[in-house]
Amino acid sequence: MKLEYITLAIILIFIAAFAYVSSMGNHEWGGADDQAGNAIDKLTGGTYQPWAHSIWEPPSGEIESLLFALQAAFGAIIIGYFLGYYRGLAKAKASAHPEERQ
Amino acid sequence: MEGFLPLYWCVLWYAISLPVVAYGAYKMNIMIKENREILPLLAVSGAFIFVLSSLKMPSVTGSCSHPTGTGIGAILFGPWITSVLSTVVLIFQAVFLAHGGLTTLGANTFSMGIVGPTVGYLVFKTCRKQNVNLYLTVFLAALFADWFTYIVTSIELALAFPAASGGLLASLKAFMGVFAITQIPLAIVEGAVSALLFKYIVQLRGDVLLKLNVASQDTIKRLQEASI
Repeated sequence: MKLEYITLAIILIFIAAFAYVSSMGNHEWGGADDQAGNAIDKLTGGTYQPWAHSIWEPPSGEIESLLFALQAAFGAIIIGYFLGYYRGLAKAKASAHPEERQ
Repeated sequence: MEGFLPLYWCVLWYAISLPVVAYGAYKMNIMIKENREILPLLAVSGAFIFVLSSLKMPSVTGSCSHPTGTGIGAILFGPWITSVLSTVVLIFQAVFLAHGGLTTLGANTFSMGIVGPTVGYLVFKTCRKQNVNLYLTVFLAALFADWFTYIVTSIELALAFPAASGGLLASLKAFMGVFAITQIPLAIVEGAVSALLFKYIVQLRGDVLLKLNVASQDTIKRLQEASI
């Protein structure tokens, strides 16, 4: 269980850092991508115009977060399914051959 | 970021990335045919990239970015195959989420799918040679795979947009300020979560890790018996 605790501690520190920064001033918490867009504007003096646009954009922030959530859920199901499947398999194997257990 | 890279760079990054991904797909096909057993782990590695790259996390800089999740794939299957997995995720995000883009796909594949995993793979191999603890090794490999993805993104943007005064380096500084620093805390979290997933893979499918030449039998056995 040690690694689980270490991971949990790192995540808690991450959350604490967020809480601290968040309480220290006004931040937009915008995407780094947008900031890079601003940096391009600054570097080129606003002369650069993107020459292509997304073929489809989620019509609203809600729909966008739905799609991101689906993406995460889809991935998490696959990971959980296989890890669970393997865990069950290992357990079944262990109880079928108790003498092989170490 | 659709259309943000000038046409010249769009074509150039496509030209560099396409052969790598094509060769990766070829390698992946052979690997799957020779060894059906690895398929679930391949799916898990791809799914891990799916999950992590969907999480836009707030960082200490007051802006948000997302991890890449490519470390596990790089360690298990190497950078070639990981470039294919990353490209699938990048296309998905470009088409359905207007995140990334098709014109920037070549550049994004180069940073997230090729350089990031290559760095992670090299870190993994180096640490293994130095006999660093396996989980710490995974942590470092995933951390640097994540971080270098964004360093390369900064370089790609700086190359395309050198500053009028100060040139390439001034631009690089500007873009690194946006990406590299924001990414540090995220890369650390990604490293930790990757190490945890790797632990479960060691416990459950040590045999496949052995087959993939990721770790020696002794190491796997020792880790399975230790209750870390």
